[in-house]
Amino acid sequence: MSLFDLLGLEVLGFGPRGWGWQFLAATGMTVAVSTAGFLVGTVLGSLAAWAKLTGGRVVRGTADAYTTVLRGIPDLLVIYLFYFGGSTLITAINRDWFGGQGFVSVPAFVVGMLAVGVCNGAYQAEVLRGAYLALHKGEIEAARAMGMGRWLAFRRVIAPQVLRFAVPGLGNCWQLCLKESALISVTGLTELLRQSFVASRSTREPFLFLTAGACLYLVITAVTTVAFSYLERRAMRGIRRA
Amino acid sequence: MDLGFLWEAVQRIVPGVPVTLQLAFLSVFLGLWLALALAIMRLSRILPLDWLARVYVFVFRGTPLLIQVFLIYYAAPQIPGIRSTWAWIYLREPYWCALLALTLNTAAYASEIIRGGLLSVPRGQVEAGRACGMSGLLLFRRVTAPIALRQALPGYANELILMVKATSLASVITLMEITGLAHKMISETFRAIEVFIVAGAIYLLLNFVITRLVAALEWRLSPHLRRVPHAPPSIDALR
Amino acid sequence: MRKVTLAVAALAALAGSLALAPEAQAQARQWQTVRIATEGAYAPWNFTVAGGRLDGFEIDLANDLCRRMNVRCEVIAQDWDGIIPALVAGKYDAIMAGMNITDRRLETINFSRPYAGGPHGFATLKSSPLARVAGAGTIVPMGEAAASRAAIDALRTALRGRTIGVQVSTTNANFVNEFFKDVATIREYKTTEEHDLDLINGRVDAIYAAHTALVATMENAQFRDMTLVGPGFRGGLLGRGVAVGLRKTDPELQALFDKAITEALADGTISRLSVKWFKTDIAAPQS
Repeated sequence: MSLFDLLGLEVLGFGPRGWGWQFLAATGMTVAVSTAGFLVGTVLGSLAAWAKLTGGRVVRGTADAYTTVLRGIPDLLVIYLFYFGGSTLITAINRDWFGGQGFVSVPAFVVGMLAVGVCNGAYQAEVLRGAYLALHKGEIEAARAMGMGRWLAFRRVIAPQVLRFAVPGLGNCWQLCLKESALISVTGLTELLRQSFVASRSTREPFLFLTAGACLYLVITAVTTVAFSYLERRAMRGIRRA
Repeated sequence: MDLGFLWEAVQRIVPGVPVTLQLAFLSVFLGLWLALALAIMRLSRILPLDWLARVYVFVFRGTPLLIQVFLIYYAAPQIPGIRSTWAWIYLREPYWCALLALTLNTAAYASEIIRGGLLSVPRGQVEAGRACGMSGLLLFRRVTAPIALRQALPGYANELILMVKATSLASVITLMEITGLAHKMISETFRAIEVFIVAGAIYLLLNFVITRLVAALEWRLSPHLRRVPHAPPSIDALR
Repeated sequence: MRKVTLAVAALAALAGSLALAPEAQAQARQWQTVRIATEGAYAPWNFTVAGGRLDGFEIDLANDLCRRMNVRCEVIAQDWDGIIPALVAGKYDAIMAGMNITDRRLETINFSRPYAGGPHGFATLKSSPLARVAGAGTIVPMGEAAASRAAIDALRTALRGRTIGVQVSTTNANFVNEFFKDVATIREYKTTEEHDLDLINGRVDAIYAAHTALVATMENAQFRDMTLVGPGFRGGLLGRGVAVGLRKTDPELQALFDKAITEALADGTISRLSVKWFKTDIAAPQS
């Protein structure tokens, strides 16, 4: 007899009539797709930030267009575009370039990861660019004066400091990511929001299951907030606060 | 690309623009007052108030807006007795449910922006105000609020754009704003990609205009940060 | 301004690349696995049970048809409002989701022969004044203009100024929009479960859906105040029966489904499943 049974909430438990395991799996899916999306966003965001800082006209313009468009249209639309457009595009590429036959289907997880990543990358680009601009020019000049090459200076001087300045901003981006992942539910991926809604519709108990879903989101938020503030403290060690 | 179809999509979706803008502006405006109250609670140094505001912000920032919209729309009617109260007149309508969810949500974010703005007011300015004999409300109105507002404006512009984007979630509770109309058109023509691209372009245009308007307002509110338009006057001119 | 120009150019480029719709494939395809989409929110046709498993009339039928076609079946859930675009985009190969054959849908996709049918009608709350509208239990064929006109006019009078809930992108929505748009407010929902909830929540005065789905809803204790009202309608605008939706580029798959459905109708399997799930036989006619 579990806690949920005692409370008369058998449907939330792990028994045969309970949705417990499904909610656990869906929470895992939300964390997985958010994390994967966040990492895709970091790659895209770094590229875009780098393009904005050092690129020529065309490269900079492309990066500007990327961050402007993706921050200007609702994430829900981006996800729909990826969902409906992604397979069509890949199928067309497969046919025209590789002579492939038939449809190439993209798993819902991959669609979700890419859609979240592309949205989030636009925000991360701004955070990373801001962090780079916060760097003292003298540090880079000093590295150069020490005879460090571009790559070495990037690895030893620029990257560690940019990351340090970016941690709080990236924490916000992670929160965004978590919430964007909820929109993936429209593509049929069984993450936390979809699970909450499927359960609430099929039992017709929206109050119970949506609240349960909301609580699980809060748990994820709380855990990751603690993790990010730990990272922030770690990144800031050795820096005296004003 | 079928330009005729795209144009048809524009004509079908543009009627949703007023609903989208109304939801975004009204929720930001109403949310501002709630946010102000929350920010003051956070800074009040009264522990229960401080914690209440903290919990509010944590809950509304920590859960997806979509789940908040669903909860308000589908779960609120299940609260015993609510349907015989005045609140039901509003909760009955999807429009007010969406507005409520958006307002509660934006208030949580905006309270942090306002708190940041209030904290950024330099101590010296407040002390100078006190030294001039201002106190309480006068000090807040003349010194603290204007400086905090100026500080918070860029963050607030961002929030407004986020809200314009967030209104797209209202479509899930039968509201016919931009995304809702786009969905309806897709369900009749089955051409998802073209319709969503048109909808995306409309959002982009709206947000571009809003960004420009706020930038103009920001420029107006910060004369002291602007560059001097002419060369500094010479000593002779000062005589 | 440059940013926006670039942004628009980027959108246009995206649009251009996505507009390359897949063309018909030259070769016939050997089918080993067929992915079938269903809604998973349309009891008892297809719905989700505790544990997230799909169940219902169409799940049983899909398994039976796949056995007859000698293919492996994969039934997946897909939101109703994107179910046709996602079929065209190749997310899956077939739709079995209580979808009626209509001319409008035939412009975009193909259908197998129908496997089921059944009337559609209004439901309201027993306490509502609407519940007094006569005609319950009778069936009006939409093909017969005079009879259907009289029945619809009676409902139009009763529903004047009311709010009607209906599922978006369905033949039911077409029906309600055609005959009631000028007298009543029509609210379109993503799923039937949502308009059911809003009926008992009092946000809508009546809902219009397939009788099978309404009857199944009323069996839940929570919905015991719900009642069917007015006659059932079938045919015409409401489609020519429920069938498997397929891409136009897959004629072989259509042939496989047609053959399997013909067999399942002939040996009584579909009637049996219909009685199991709907308590009444709504199998499509055999010829």
